Amino acid sequence: MTQHGSTSRLSPITRRRLQAFRDNRRAWWSFWLFLFLFVFSLGAELIANDKPIVMRYQGEWYVPLLVDYPETDFGGFLPTTAEYRDPFVKEGIETHGWMLWPPVPFSYDTLDQALDHPAPSPPDARHWLGTDDQGRDVLARVIYGFRLSVLFALALTIGSLVLGVVFGGIQGYFGGKVDLIGQRLSEIWSGLPVLFLLIILASLVEPNIWWLLGIMLLFSWLGLVDIVRAEFLRARNLEYVRAARAMGLPAHLIMWRHVLPNAMVATLTFIPFLFTGAITTLTALDFLGFGLPPGSPSLGELVAQGKNNLQAPWLGITAFVSLSLMLSLLVFIGEGLRDAFDPRHIQKPAGKPAGTLQPAAESDALPLPQEPTDER
Amino acid sequence: MNAEPVLQLDEVSIAFDRTTVVDRLSLQVGAGETLALVGESGSGKSVSALGAMGLLPANARIEGHCRLEGRDLASLTPRDWQRLRGNQVGFIFQEPMTSLNPLHTIGKQIGETLRLHQGLRGREARARARELLAQVHLPRVEELLDAWPHQLSGGQRQRVMIAMAIANRPRLLIADEPTTALDVTVQQEILQLLGELQSRHGMAMLFITHDLNLVRRHADRVCVLYQGREQETGSVARVFDAPRSAYTRTLLAAEPEGRPVSRPTSEVLLEAQRLSVTFRRPKRLFARRPPGFAAVKPLDLSLARGETLGIVGESGSGKTTLAMALLRLVESEGHITLGETRLDRLTGGDLRRQRRRAQIVFQDPYGALSPRMPVADIISEGLRYHHPEVDKETVRERVLSTLREVGLPREVAARYPHEFSGGQRQRIAVARAIILEPELLVLDEPTSALDRTVQKQLIRLLRNLQERRGLSYLFISHDLAVVRAMAHRIIVMKDGAIMEQGKCEEVLRSPTASYTQSLLKASFL
Repeated sequence: MTQHGSTSRLSPITRRRLQAFRDNRRAWWSFWLFLFLFVFSLGAELIANDKPIVMRYQGEWYVPLLVDYPETDFGGFLPTTAEYRDPFVKEGIETHGWMLWPPVPFSYDTLDQALDHPAPSPPDARHWLGTDDQGRDVLARVIYGFRLSVLFALALTIGSLVLGVVFGGIQGYFGGKVDLIGQRLSEIWSGLPVLFLLIILASLVEPNIWWLLGIMLLFSWLGLVDIVRAEFLRARNLEYVRAARAMGLPAHLIMWRHVLPNAMVATLTFIPFLFTGAITTLTALDFLGFGLPPGSPSLGELVAQGKNNLQAPWLGITAFVSLSLMLSLLVFIGEGLRDAFDPRHIQKPAGKPAGTLQPAAESDALPLPQEPTDER
Repeated sequence: MNAEPVLQLDEVSIAFDRTTVVDRLSLQVGAGETLALVGESGSGKSVSALGAMGLLPANARIEGHCRLEGRDLASLTPRDWQRLRGNQVGFIFQEPMTSLNPLHTIGKQIGETLRLHQGLRGREARARARELLAQVHLPRVEELLDAWPHQLSGGQRQRVMIAMAIANRPRLLIADEPTTALDVTVQQEILQLLGELQSRHGMAMLFITHDLNLVRRHADRVCVLYQGREQETGSVARVFDAPRSAYTRTLLAAEPEGRPVSRPTSEVLLEAQRLSVTFRRPKRLFARRPPGFAAVKPLDLSLARGETLGIVGESGSGKTTLAMALLRLVESEGHITLGETRLDRLTGGDLRRQRRRAQIVFQDPYGALSPRMPVADIISEGLRYHHPEVDKETVRERVLSTLREVGLPREVAARYPHEFSGGQRQRIAVARAIILEPELLVLDEPTSALDRTVQKQLIRLLRNLQERRGLSYLFISHDLAVVRAMAHRIIVMKDGAIMEQGKCEEVLRSPTASYTQSLLKASFL
């Protein structure tokens, strides 16, 4: 019931856009595949980890995934966190109970000491995608790396969206001097070379993910400002915005309630491309070694390893496939969104569009009442 | 008249996605004849003309036969169509502002049709273009050939469109609301020009319009459409004098009628002294700023409680700017007094609190309502902001009672603006304004986007509201018939200055200013 209510409350434009996105099968499937991969990677700890998910030892339940147990609990000698992959500990536990391991029994930073080949070792039953030159499982690193890239891009996109909409909105809505000064400042600001700034930063501080996010955030919103500003400039002269002003609403309420919802359309179509841009930049920085701190699961670092170990093609191939898959999916989604929002784009010439969009004619749905109150 | 009609439609039906918009329409236009296709918006008049010429989007289905000079149009190949359009058939559309390509000069655009259909090039094409512009009575022809569309006024652009349409001496001219976007005095000239060209070239003309006054004066025969169906066809004299169908009779009776009912009091509500609005012109680098453009020249006006002041003028006369200035929506100079408050001195929050007292209803019913808010929220927004103390239940009550007052059913509250027709939206806009219980309501061309029958209802509603609530109206319109039905006093404006003012009846009966006289003459009152 509520479900039905909410869908029918969508305006026909929104419904048509949704339909157009759905009709674009490539975008639709890309969207679901990407969503699946993302949700899957969010549970990375359950899929690739060097700790068992749950275990039973001497009649007691343990959850090593969530709790750090000292080795002494399981008959070891050291009071440090238990090393479940250590043959001695493993054997001790398995004689007194059992362990449930994730499908990939390595985390992104697990060094496998028991390799048959010198690292990087080729794919085999133990390491499905082989190991990198430090003996770490590539599959585990890809899963964690994917998650990190997407989360980073997500945070960057949301941050840029907030900053871009705020600055673009203020410039566009007030126009005039505010706009002039704002535009000139953002032009100067966008002239700063981001990549060099990040490289300089890398020599000053130990860059972690927050530093990277912060620095990139300082610049990535500039692309959005122009779009949001243009939309606000257009919308501020629309009659319903004027009506709201005549009603005495303050500027921030008008912007929030009247202008923003209608400006979001143009902004939304830009987001997937902002997203891909963020992933590419992060990967590029990692490849150059100016990105995330060493040891982090990063796709860029995997690309670098592939380049340095041409004798181990599984590194380069994995990095290539995972990156191109992720970016292609995002581009397909982006294209689908852009086309769905474009009123002139008709996917199937014989399909529904145009005609159904016509505004209500002067005599439809709700017949005009026969002036009951007016005749007196 | 020739024996064979130039254009003949035989039982033509047009459907979009199984929705029939034109139902078995038959008509014919002979050489030298003008057939007017009349109906309200959505009656299928433009669609049938476009359909006959194969200009509809791909999802339209057309049945029946269209013949142009005996040739069945269904058998044409795309190449034949291209040769036909712009050559044997000329088009004039409603929007002169968007029908010309802004990136090409006038001469080049006319030259293009000449090159495509007659193979004229270079000097030859230019000479012919010059000749055509002279034929449509444009001044300074030589300069105009190298002018860009934005340098021309609406009327001039429409003349250029006509020049392009007749460039290849078409047999049939389709004029789709050719003058709707133009001022009344310009409208007259354009229609006279069309008539003149028609008789000179013996063209058949299909004249699509909603304005019965124009039909009466400029057409030979008329075909009335209602919801895609032909109501009646006949000579203009016969249809106007003895309409056969009930719909034609309502259409003919839909002229705005009646006079303002409420009696204005002597108490002055709004007063403006030496009010003027000047827009700054852009300044070139290192140049001195050119003097500003005076949209409204210093003028005085006053409005009593319960009175309607009509502001009349053509586009660009500054009437909307004047209203915006009175509401402090554009910067202005001079005194504005609303009740006892000096509006021109207020800023920020003080001004916003006063805004409750003066509300506005705009011209475009489609643009004036935020498309992403349900009607209840749109109407109650001002109330919720100005009276945060009012609880939800009371707000709801007030919305429903206001809806009742503007004659809309209560179910309207939960819907979105796109579900309503123009007239209903305009009622919603009125409801949004009066829920704040303003003393002054500015009506900026509230009826000009509506069909005549709907217009009449809205005028009646506005008059009743005024009587019941003692509202003062500032009624802006270019339509003298509507103004006469609404206003106690009128101001006639031209180029930002008042030409004439006085009691509505007196001004309209015996205008003194020559401008008012020409305005009256053009609008057939």
